[in-house]
Amino acid sequence: MTETGYKDTTRDQLTDTDAAGIRGRSLWHDARRRLLNNKAAVTSMVILGIIILMAVCAPMLSTWTYDDPDWGYDFPGPPSMEHKHWFGTDGNGRDLFVRTLYGARVSLLVGILATTVSLIIGVTYGAVSGFIGGRTDNFMMRIVDVMYSLPFMFFVILLMVFFGRNIFLIFIALGAVEWLTMARIVRGQTLSVKKKEFIEAAHAVGVSNIVIIFRHIIPNVLGPVIVYMTLTIPQVILTESFLSFLGLGVQEPMTSWGVLISEGARQMESAPWLLVFPAVFLAVTLFCFNFIGDGLRDALDPRDR
Amino acid sequence: MLSYIIRRLLSAIPTLFVIITIAFLMMKAAPGGPFDRERQLPPEIEANILKAYNLDKPVHEQYLSYLKNILQGDFGPSYKYLDFTVTDLILTGFPVSLELGLYAIGLAVFFGVTAGTLAALRQNSGFDYMIMGFAMTGIAVPNFVMAPLLTLVFGVYLSVLPVAGWGSGALSHKILPVIALALPQIAYIARLTRGSMVETLHANFIRTARAKGLREKIVVVRHALRGGLLPVVSYLGPATAAVVTGSVVIESIFDIPGIGRYFVNGALNRDYPVVMGVVVFYAILIILLNLVVDLLYSILDPRVKAE
Amino acid sequence: MTTPLRKTVTRLCMFITAIVLAGMVLAALPAFAGGTLRVANMGEPASLDPHKLSGTWENYIVGDMFVGLITEDPSAMPVPGVAKSWDVSGDGKTYTFNLRQSTWSDGTPLTAKDFVFSMRRILIPETAAEYASLLYIIQGAEAVNTGKAAPETLGVKALGDHTLEIILTGPAPYFLELLTHYTAYPVPRHIIKKHGKAWTKPENMVVNGPFKPTEWIPNTHVKLIKNNKYYDAGSVALDNLVFFTQEDRAAVQKRFRAGEIDVVKDFASDQIDWLRKNMPEETHIAPYMGVYYYAINSSRKPFTDKRIRLALSMAINREAIVDRVLKTGELAAYSFVPPGVAFYDTPAQVAWKDMPYGQRVKKAKALLKEAGYGPDNPLKFTLRYNTSENHKRVAVAVASMWKAVGVKAELFNLEVKAHYADLKQANFEVARAAWIADYNDAQNFLYLLETRTGPNNYGQYSNPEFDRLMLEAEQTPDLAKRAELMHAAEAIAMDDQPVIPIYHYVSKNLVAKNVVGFVDNPKDINRWRYISLK
Repeated sequence: MTETGYKDTTRDQLTDTDAAGIRGRSLWHDARRRLLNNKAAVTSMVILGIIILMAVCAPMLSTWTYDDPDWGYDFPGPPSMEHKHWFGTDGNGRDLFVRTLYGARVSLLVGILATTVSLIIGVTYGAVSGFIGGRTDNFMMRIVDVMYSLPFMFFVILLMVFFGRNIFLIFIALGAVEWLTMARIVRGQTLSVKKKEFIEAAHAVGVSNIVIIFRHIIPNVLGPVIVYMTLTIPQVILTESFLSFLGLGVQEPMTSWGVLISEGARQMESAPWLLVFPAVFLAVTLFCFNFIGDGLRDALDPRDR
Repeated sequence: MLSYIIRRLLSAIPTLFVIITIAFLMMKAAPGGPFDRERQLPPEIEANILKAYNLDKPVHEQYLSYLKNILQGDFGPSYKYLDFTVTDLILTGFPVSLELGLYAIGLAVFFGVTAGTLAALRQNSGFDYMIMGFAMTGIAVPNFVMAPLLTLVFGVYLSVLPVAGWGSGALSHKILPVIALALPQIAYIARLTRGSMVETLHANFIRTARAKGLREKIVVVRHALRGGLLPVVSYLGPATAAVVTGSVVIESIFDIPGIGRYFVNGALNRDYPVVMGVVVFYAILIILLNLVVDLLYSILDPRVKAE
Repeated sequence: MTTPLRKTVTRLCMFITAIVLAGMVLAALPAFAGGTLRVANMGEPASLDPHKLSGTWENYIVGDMFVGLITEDPSAMPVPGVAKSWDVSGDGKTYTFNLRQSTWSDGTPLTAKDFVFSMRRILIPETAAEYASLLYIIQGAEAVNTGKAAPETLGVKALGDHTLEIILTGPAPYFLELLTHYTAYPVPRHIIKKHGKAWTKPENMVVNGPFKPTEWIPNTHVKLIKNNKYYDAGSVALDNLVFFTQEDRAAVQKRFRAGEIDVVKDFASDQIDWLRKNMPEETHIAPYMGVYYYAINSSRKPFTDKRIRLALSMAINREAIVDRVLKTGELAAYSFVPPGVAFYDTPAQVAWKDMPYGQRVKKAKALLKEAGYGPDNPLKFTLRYNTSENHKRVAVAVASMWKAVGVKAELFNLEVKAHYADLKQANFEVARAAWIADYNDAQNFLYLLETRTGPNNYGQYSNPEFDRLMLEAEQTPDLAKRAELMHAAEAIAMDDQPVIPIYHYVSKNLVAKNVVGFVDNPKDINRWRYISLK
């Protein structure tokens, strides 16, 4: 197994280091072109765009507010065109359509931002740890072990005690746990990638470590990273509902998909609409992220050019 | 290799010490105590109880005496399960969680890797989309939806399996919980496997192997899977630790006497000794499994040396 | 090339099908023989030692393992237990009990000395009993519990093997009922001396009640078997009792439907429409002695202003909450003490109870305006509640009602320990709280509003006149006079409105059709010894 199957970005850049900037631009340009040629990815982006637009324009799309009960209808009431409750109402008589759209705001924000936090920390940490290796790697990975083992709930409770309730704490709390597995995956890949010839070559011509990590190591581990990222999004969206349970997440009357789904799950038989509508929104969103992720991965893969 | 393992095990001691210290301090800093509840205790009774559990001492003294006790293997009494010690609780609960967890991980690895590999071999075919559609559904449907759905269908509507209960460990009581535990893991592993198999199958050495006329099965199993499994193995370390220590959701829906509930309920009840007990236990598992993962790296990819 | 893989998959599918089929066969076999009642207890017992308990769910288990001097009948009314008869002194302070001849489940005779031992044991500080304060009505109990006096000074004395004397600090008409509580159960002196803490292990445990434990797997079930040495064993129908400790109400309800459980001690309110439609006969709802209220921190501005407290209370449409949101038959609360409490007529209700809601809203707005709040300067505060589906629904409904009178309440939920830790330190503005009575007496509710009560008076309400009336009632042996005094005290509290009563609880049980002898009652205590299966 001497052949390398890895994206040899080095070769181009080594031959033309001065033109790295230009070269990079054309790489991204290329990637964008290929992403836009991917039908599934483009469709997903359109659908996701529509969901985001609906979430932003939620107050304009319905006569109902997200917090006032409709005393003229059932608590909870099934979907009804006549009463203009397209998704029905919840146990407090509030319109589920509007609440699902408001829930989208929090969930999409959490899904994207917390995942980005975990991505940035996890990838950097994992790549650095794996690349440097030796004692540093050992030390950095023991820190990961420590973080894995600490009781997450007390971490959340303490965050609240010291900083009060704040939407940004949700990203910190979720990002802080989700980056760990990401870091371990990236480190595992890095250990394997760093022994490749092109990395040794980069060393040989005196490319600095930071450049090697960010130019050569990270692009070569992006595949599993993107896949794991699409797996992290649903995780953070659903974990957010648990933070709400502890008092950190969104507070009533505001809501999120995670909260709506966990409430709906309790009444899946007696009031199925409470589960079905938010769950469908979540599922569609996840499928979109997934296809966009796959598209991105393919687009960034230099071999397929 | 052996000296590497010994060094890693030795480094586990300071790691554990750090974990215990931080966890202990976090726990004590959290508001609310084990005896705060809807009905507040009269101060004199609270004093009796705090004294009985040694909670009237300053935190550093409590910490030192806790360290001393665990060195002697005594994890203390539970504040919630008054008739049991923490050791009792973990020793009776862990075999249950471990059994269910191992079944679930076994199923997940088998089905996940198989489905992921098959999907990767036929990238972008209808089969690929179907498998990945299933996987995404498995991820999008959280276990607190999947588990009640399973009990409703198989327990209530079809009446073929018990809704919940442990039934002293009868097989029929384990089927649904194992499925509910395994489904999301199958989905995760299938996604990860497909992702890295797609890359590996495009690699030059696979082309070479195919060009050499090796049988496709050998190419896939001997060559591609080795590299393709690396991310799965990285994921499996912590995932296994999490699955074999049970899940509070699965345990409370299926009424299973495992230890998953202690991670959440222990913290909610501020049952300090139980929290510390499961933290130490989990930490040991994480440390061991991450060691196994690091050893597997060097087996899967001989260039990676365990160092 | 995929054929071998496919084969493996096929084989595995077949294997799994086989497991499922095997499961079906196993599930079809009956799990228990006849004569076994399976109860969903809705909570894991902290212990089987009656001195270490503090919950209602534990009572359902130990209440049929031990029988006190006085015990409950099928509707939870006090009836003679180990005591055959008793005399009460003229001042209502000295009780002399005549005990029946009975034995522990190992054949050892049960004597008055066991009761003396038990009462001392629960009170000594080393036991660290959470509920010991319930016995403070006994002379010397508080001093013993706080370590200020020796256990021997306690006013409980064995005057012979079968004669027991208990002296109280004041006349307490609820005392006999209090003796049905688990804090007053006898525990086996000889077994505790022999096994120490391990006496509650099923293999060691000795009881004097109708059932004794055989197995306890934490977090799944407790099994009891009939005790043939129980003094009234002849009238006990069941052979076995199984308590499932599962708390997930949705899951428990499914087990009930599947016939895995016979009695469920609680169900989720949001299931009521479904239950009424599909299981009307099995659904039992009855008034329960408890009050659900919002405590107002009357030591904190602006809630020191009575007008604001009143306005907040008047703006809540309680009927809408119980009829539209909860729907499980809870009673809209206009008093702190629930209706139907013993030795207490109709509770003292708020003066504006019968005012139409529209008018109340106007009045609430006017009161807020008087206090200096209006549309430009709305009253803003945080409403806290502990995380729970029901609390959330009530809080959301209340907040929207307050919004209608121009009050902005921000909702703030916390997990239960953090919530009550804040309440204990009066670190809140308005917060959800509740009280379930320990014994059937108005005093058990009203004392929560006394200044001397301490932490349980969350809002730190303090009205000297209220305190005086309660103190006087405590020393009044005449029942009618006592009720009058407490009624006057409650009227003061309702006028001050330091708490906003929202509803009075109901008990919610699911009882299978083949269960005979289940009587709904305001204490929600059903002794299983009276139950049989059809």
